Amino acid sequence: MNFTIILHAGVATGTVLLFAAIGEIFTERSGILNLGVEGMMLLGAMAGFSISLATESPWLGVLVAMLAGGALSLAHGVVTIHFQADQVVSGLSLTFLGTGLALVLGEGLTGQTPPLLLDYNIPLLSSIPVIGPALFQDHGILVYVGYLAAPLAWYYINKTRPGMHLRAVGQKPSAADSVGVNVYGIRYIYTFVGGCLAGLAGAIISLSVSPGWYSSQTTSGQGWIAIALVIFAQWNPMRAALGGYLFGMLRRLILDLQGPRILLGFANPLYINSNYSFFLIMTPYVLTIIALIFGSRAVAKKRAGSPSALGLPYVRGERGK
Amino acid sequence: MSTRLKVEKRVDVPSWLPLVTSIGSVVLAFIIGGIIFKIVGGKPFEAAKYFYQAVFGSWAVFSDTMVKATPLILVGVACAIAFKMRLWNIGAEGQFYAGAFGASLVVLIPIVPLETTPKFIVIGLMMLFGMIAGAIWGFIPGYLKAKYKVNEIITTLMLNYIIINWNNFWIFDKWSDRGFQMTATFDRVAWLPRLADYAKQIKAFAGVTLHLGVLFGIVAAAIVWWIFRYSRWGYEIKLIGDNPEAARYAGIDISKNIILVMAFSGALAGLAGMSEISGVVHRLQESISPGYGFTGIIVAWLAKLNPFVIIPVSVLFAGLIVAGRELQPAGLSFLLQGIILFMLISSDVLLRYKIRILRTDEEAA
Repeated sequence: MNFTIILHAGVATGTVLLFAAIGEIFTERSGILNLGVEGMMLLGAMAGFSISLATESPWLGVLVAMLAGGALSLAHGVVTIHFQADQVVSGLSLTFLGTGLALVLGEGLTGQTPPLLLDYNIPLLSSIPVIGPALFQDHGILVYVGYLAAPLAWYYINKTRPGMHLRAVGQKPSAADSVGVNVYGIRYIYTFVGGCLAGLAGAIISLSVSPGWYSSQTTSGQGWIAIALVIFAQWNPMRAALGGYLFGMLRRLILDLQGPRILLGFANPLYINSNYSFFLIMTPYVLTIIALIFGSRAVAKKRAGSPSALGLPYVRGERGK
Repeated sequence: MSTRLKVEKRVDVPSWLPLVTSIGSVVLAFIIGGIIFKIVGGKPFEAAKYFYQAVFGSWAVFSDTMVKATPLILVGVACAIAFKMRLWNIGAEGQFYAGAFGASLVVLIPIVPLETTPKFIVIGLMMLFGMIAGAIWGFIPGYLKAKYKVNEIITTLMLNYIIINWNNFWIFDKWSDRGFQMTATFDRVAWLPRLADYAKQIKAFAGVTLHLGVLFGIVAAAIVWWIFRYSRWGYEIKLIGDNPEAARYAGIDISKNIILVMAFSGALAGLAGMSEISGVVHRLQESISPGYGFTGIIVAWLAKLNPFVIIPVSVLFAGLIVAGRELQPAGLSFLLQGIILFMLISSDVLLRYKIRILRTDEEAA
């Protein structure tokens, strides 16, 4: 077990959660709860993988993955924004729809080897001891983009004019509407942005972090973990990034626990009986619940973070919140 | 003279309309599903014919469909009671697995000596343990929601992954049958009676796999219907679901109800797991459910949370599962379920608004 290796793997897998969670933060900040992240992610993973296979261009795959996730999210947008359907049920059906589409269209992709996203080193930064090789060496470009994504998203949401409109629409749509902000338009835009980023997260899995198409195992619940991360992060992109990387590191650490024969001076039970690894597979899900408990307590105490119009449809002219 | 469309809010909903929109949604979903199926290279019409044959073609296959409908009824009712309170239990899948595990304990520990204990006691204990295990798996997210305001959607979902790996540990390790990824077949005393068991007395029952579990489903639907209709608890559940503020003012203990409803919902889903391993699989193994817990969500929603309507809707979806087993590609039944649910919630807009075609001169008048 080596800290550099764990950190290296942690930021790579954490990038997946980071993009999906930031996308969901944008969507939820506009007042739309989209629980379909898992479906959009899986569809993105499939689309990226198959387009890269067909065109030999992984970047085209990434682009199509984003559009696929975005297109799917628009279905949620129409149903929840215009038809005012229940956002929870719509998000669930989006999960079904995305998963089903991905499985149907992804038939026969397992075992194929499309060109993948390449890894690069960042000069100078990669020569920093310990951290350099972990953070700035042998990562895909999207991991480096991820480092910038969280601060940029934070700045955009909190310090810019469009970001202010976004927050207003999520907090008090009627007030935003009364000063001429297009509530429906903004909700559509950020629902789409969330979908694109979920699709991107999927493509990062299938084309970079753990390449391949393993049907629904490809995402294995990471879309749901991303949603939990949003609550844990209290709708703050910086916290989401930190949580994502931490989570990624824990995943790696858990895998590495199976290797050594002696652990903390004791015979390693995982080494003796590999069936104990089922408990290791459980761990990320248990951790998600624990993280959620802490996150929810903080939100409940401060009443901070959660957009107050989250999950509520906005109808013009009706007395709303 | 020109015409235009006018959208206006409905004051009251005609009683026939929800039925029409529900059926319309399903039909439309099948058409869209058929088109997608065609695009990916399938033959939708032959598949539809095959679907009918595989679901209703003969008594034997219809019984097979009913066997698949059994867990769906229980899980659908489990979801309906939670959804009525707007508690999003999407962990019925996990509670199903928990129920299967709990019921298996009775046979695999074993809790009672299987050679000497009468069948009804063994089955009764399996039901009890299955329901307790399911209830525990529902209690956890309920407690976390009531106590710490933890979002139940995510906790129930995470608990699904946890219980599946928990079960896997036992069937790969301690209870593995000669290294296979399943337990040994249960003793016959732990099998739910099937119609085929009475083939000696009634010839027509030969090969009919329908088991007693279907009665559990129907009884559960009846009980929950009664709860909704006549009990104080049902009234509280509905009030909390419709208007939590009003419920709070009326002095209803919301936290207590969250925990109770989640545990009750989990118990029903757990009973579905028990009925599946005791009535169909006769052992604990991997993948005992093709997503019953998730399909149950759609079943409950399509039935508009009406426990009795859940029964026919479950039969339809069971048909989808039976046909989907052999239909390729494998994700198709998932896709269809997603489209059906989407159509359904979209069609709800028709219940809230009506679209009238007006002639401009008529409006002027």
